[in-house]
Amino acid sequence: MTKFTRRDFVKAVGAASALPLLGASAQAAEPFKVGFIFLGPVGDYGWTWAHDKGRREMEAALGGAVKTTYVENVKEDASAIPILRDLARQGNKLIFATSFGYMDQVLEVAKEFPDVRFEHCTGFKRAANVSTYNSRFHEGRAVTGTIAGKVSKSGVIGYLGSFKIPEVVMGVNAFTLAAQAVNPKIQTKLVMIDSWFDPAKETAATETLANLGCDVIATHTDSPAPLQFCQKKGIFGFGQGADMSKFAPKAHLTAIEDIWGPHYTARVKAAIAGTWKSEDFWDGIKEGAVKVSAYNASLAQDAQDAANKVIEGYKAGSYDVFTGPIYDQGGALKVKEGQKMGLGDLATIDWYVKGIQSA
Amino acid sequence: MRLRLEKRLEPSRTMLVMTPVLSVIAIMILGVIIFDGLGYDGPQAVWELFFTPVLDVYKWRDVASKAAPLIIIALGLSLGNQAKIWNIGAEGQYILGAIGAAGVAFVTQSMTGFWIIPLMILVGMTCGAFYAAIPAVLRTRYGVSEVLSSLMFVYVSLQLLSYLITGPWKDPDGHNFPQTAQLTDAQVLPHEVWNSGILPGLLIALIVAIIFYIIVSRTVFGFSVRAIGEAPHAARYGGFSSNGIVWATLMISGAMAGLAGVLELMQLTRLNLGFPSGYGFTAIIVSLLGRSHPIGVFIAGIVLAITYVGGQVAQTVVHVPNATAGLFQALLLFAILASDLLVRYRVRINVSSPPKEGQRS
Repeated sequence: MTKFTRRDFVKAVGAASALPLLGASAQAAEPFKVGFIFLGPVGDYGWTWAHDKGRREMEAALGGAVKTTYVENVKEDASAIPILRDLARQGNKLIFATSFGYMDQVLEVAKEFPDVRFEHCTGFKRAANVSTYNSRFHEGRAVTGTIAGKVSKSGVIGYLGSFKIPEVVMGVNAFTLAAQAVNPKIQTKLVMIDSWFDPAKETAATETLANLGCDVIATHTDSPAPLQFCQKKGIFGFGQGADMSKFAPKAHLTAIEDIWGPHYTARVKAAIAGTWKSEDFWDGIKEGAVKVSAYNASLAQDAQDAANKVIEGYKAGSYDVFTGPIYDQGGALKVKEGQKMGLGDLATIDWYVKGIQSA
Repeated sequence: MRLRLEKRLEPSRTMLVMTPVLSVIAIMILGVIIFDGLGYDGPQAVWELFFTPVLDVYKWRDVASKAAPLIIIALGLSLGNQAKIWNIGAEGQYILGAIGAAGVAFVTQSMTGFWIIPLMILVGMTCGAFYAAIPAVLRTRYGVSEVLSSLMFVYVSLQLLSYLITGPWKDPDGHNFPQTAQLTDAQVLPHEVWNSGILPGLLIALIVAIIFYIIVSRTVFGFSVRAIGEAPHAARYGGFSSNGIVWATLMISGAMAGLAGVLELMQLTRLNLGFPSGYGFTAIIVSLLGRSHPIGVFIAGIVLAITYVGGQVAQTVVHVPNATAGLFQALLLFAILASDLLVRYRVRINVSSPPKEGQRS
C-alpha cells in the first residue's frame, strides 16, 4: 500500500494540474500519444474489433514513436464528453472517435482543445481540428448480395439491420440490388433491432428472418451470434466487420472486413509530421479499406466468379451497384437508366429499393 | 441441522450507517487482490477507481454530471419505496421528460427568452408525471401490479422516441440520421451556475434533496407515505387513502424522472437513439443503497457516479477492461445488501426443529 500512495498520488493529482507543462518540455523524447474511443467491447469480433485491429496495426507500423490508449463501451450520450476530455488532458494529440453518435460530443471537446486533433468515424460535421472518415461498406454489401442471390434457393434473403441510418439503408439497398442482378425474383426481408451489439436480440431477430423463409441472412450488427444461429439452422450468412468463419465454419460464406490500419497509420504519421489537415475520407474496395474475406470452400464456382467480378469492377471503377434503373419500395423510379447515384445522395439516403420488405 | 435467520428486535443504528462505509472499504481491498491476480497494478487500479474522481478537481464536474440525474430520479423513487410502491419504469418517465422538453424546443426553435428553459422543465416534468400516472390508473382501478406495468411502459417510450426522431422531429439538416435538431442557446442551461464551477444539475439535485427531506420528515403527507408502507391496514384505519398515495408517489417519481430527462437533454443538446442510457434503472439501485433517505440517496448517487467515472479513468490509465466498473458496482451492492441482512437478522444454527411461523428460512 505504501508503494502506491506516493507515486500514484503524484500521478493522479499532479497530472491534473501539471500535465500540460510537463508535456511541453518532455515532448521530444516521449512517444506521440493517440487515443481511441470505441462503441462496443474490443472483443465483439465485429465493428469495434476491426477498429482495434487497425489501432494495433498502426502501433506495430510506427513502433516506439507512438503510444495508444483506448476506452471501450463508450455510450453515445453525454458521458462521451468527459472521456474525450480525459484523453485530451492525458496528452493524446490525436483522438479517434469510432461511432456516429459521438459527433456533437467530439465537436464540443474539440473546441476546448484546439491543439488536439480529432477524427470522427462516419460523421459529417468537421472543424479545423476535426476530420471525418468512413468506408464505402456498401461495396462489400454488393459482393455479399451477389453471393446471396446465387446461393438462395427460396429467393427470400434476410437483412438484420441496426438503426435506420443512411449507412444501413445504403447497405440493405446495395445487398438487394446486387442479389436482384443475379436473380431478379429476389426479395429481402429487413428487421431493425435498434442496437449495434446485442447478441441475444441479434439471435432472436435472425430467428424471425429464418421463420420468414430467408435462407441467406446478412447482418449489419456487430456480433457473430446471428452466424452461429445460421449454422445451427443449416442456412447461410456473412461475417460483419471481420472474418467470423471460426464461429460458424459452415454458414460463413464470406465476410466484409473493415480495414482501418492503413488510415490510422497514415493519419498518425501526418500528425507527427505536422501535415495533418481536416479532411473527409470515404474509401472503399479500391483503396483497400473494404476487403472481402476468403470464400467458404463449399461456395459454388459460379457464385465465386460473380462475386469476383463485382470486386474487380469496383477496383477498376467500371462497376457501381447504384446504377439505374432503381425503383423504390412503392415502385417509383428513383434513378434513371444508366445514371449513377452520387456519394452525396447516398450519404443521406432514407428510402428502400423495390423488393425490400420491412418485417 | 439448519441455518435460520432470526429478526433482531432493534437493528443497531451505528451498524446501519457503518455498513455502507465498511462495504466500500472491503470492496477496495478485494479489488486490489482481484486486479493483482489478473495481472494489473492492483493498488493503482483501485486508486484510480475510487480516489482519482474525488481528489482530482477536474473530475468533480464529471462526477457531478453523472450523479445529478441519478440523485434526482432516485429521490423520486425513494418516496414510493417507503410506501412499498415500486416504480421500475423511471427510465420511461425520464425519456418522456426529455421528449416533452424537446417538443417545447421544437416549437421555440427560432425564439429567445428567459421563459423557454422553465417551460421546458415544466413540460418535461408534467410529461414524466403523466406517464407514471398510467401505471397508477392500472393499479388503482384494475389492480395491475405497478412493477410490471411501469417496466413495460419503458419499451413503449422507446418506440415513441424512435418514432419522433425518425419521423416528425427529425433534424432537417441531419443527413437523415435519426436525431432532433440541436438545442439553441436559449434552450440550454449554462455549464455552471454564476461561474462558480457548480453544475446546475447538481445544484438542482441538492435543492430537490432538501425539499424531499422536508416532505418526508416534516409533513403529514410524508408520514402517511411511511405509514402506508409499514402498516397499510393501520394507515387505512388512520384515514389515509392508499390509492391516493399510489397516485401521489408514482406521479412525483415520474415528475422527478422527467426533470432528470430535461436536464440530460440540455447536456446532450439533442435527442437521439443513444439518449436512453439506463439512468432510470441505475437510480433504483441508488435509492435502495441510500436507504430511501434523502441524504443517503444523495451520497449513494455520488458514490455510484464515482465508480462510473473511476471506471473510465482506470480504463485510460491502468488499461483495465470497461467491465470493471460494473463489477465494482455489483460487488458493492452485494456487500451492502448482504451486510444489511446481517444487521437486521441474526444467523442461528438450529438443531432439527421445524421453522416457526413468521421466520425466514
